[in-house]
Amino acid sequence: MEALLLEYLPILIFLGIAVGVAAAAIGASLLLARQNPDSEKLSPYECGFEAFDDARRKFDVRFYLVAILFIIFDLEVAFLFPWAISLGEIGAFGFWSMIGFLGILTVGFIYEWKKGALEWE
Amino acid sequence: MIIQALAFYLFAGVTVAAGVMVIAARNPVHSVLFLILAFFNSAGLFILLGAEFLAMILVVVYVGAVAVLFLFVVMMLDINFVEMRHGFLQYLPVGALVAIILLTELVLLFGAWVVTPVALQTMQRPIPAVEEVTNTHALGQVLYTDYFYLFQASGLILLVAMIGAIVLTLRQREGVRRQSIPTQLARRHEDSLEIKDVPTGSGI
Repeated sequence: MEALLLEYLPILIFLGIAVGVAAAAIGASLLLARQNPDSEKLSPYECGFEAFDDARRKFDVRFYLVAILFIIFDLEVAFLFPWAISLGEIGAFGFWSMIGFLGILTVGFIYEWKKGALEWE
Repeated sequence: MIIQALAFYLFAGVTVAAGVMVIAARNPVHSVLFLILAFFNSAGLFILLGAEFLAMILVVVYVGAVAVLFLFVVMMLDINFVEMRHGFLQYLPVGALVAIILLTELVLLFGAWVVTPVALQTMQRPIPAVEEVTNTHALGQVLYTDYFYLFQASGLILLVAMIGAIVLTLRQREGVRRQSIPTQLARRHEDSLEIKDVPTGSGI
């Protein structure tokens, strides 16, 4: 357990350095730079003229569809990781079990392809 | 050991704070960003528990995919939150009642929670120690063989999700000119190009 956590220590140190650098940058600019706040400085800038409308507008539902399909294949890949490293021990049954799983998802993939869900227009 | 404890309190504290901010943030997009922060810190907590695989899956699946999905939902809904807050006091009693009922149910449920000894016996394999085998490996040893049916069922669930998403959201639009690769490939230059032999100085 200790050995495992020790392997992650560099990441923790890195996180600490990242937080430190970010805090130093913001803190130094707060302390050292001349402060002259103005509401215009925070307003959106669009090539000189006023912004036309709000950035919160409705998206096409297609983006959502692509995101859902991405999640599904992401999960499929998540199942592949333990399978890949334990393939030597689980034998032929484990191998074909995963091939069956991939086969089921390939049915979905063919359906998706034929329906044109991945096509953009 | 002290670093471990400090890291735990850091991750746990930031997770709880980010969770509070998810509810408290006025801008829904900021809520989603705080949710992502909460996910990252939960991944840190998982690593402290020794569950590396879960931590990495949390980052890959939740931060990479679910958070993006939430962002899309938030952006697609186009809710005017200022308008939604209007009837807040009016609905407060009913909402509070529902919340109290749910809380009582949860408390009762967790108060009466016992793990039956039968469940421990039916576990096919106990969780191996982290020193012996990494937990990705340990999962791989049982998931595809001992839990074959559950694994295939999860494949079917993913299939249903895929088909459901396509059926619910895919709309074929009329009057759209799509790229047709066979047509493009079948084009010959004879169909579209005509070579004229123009004598010098005479024009066409």
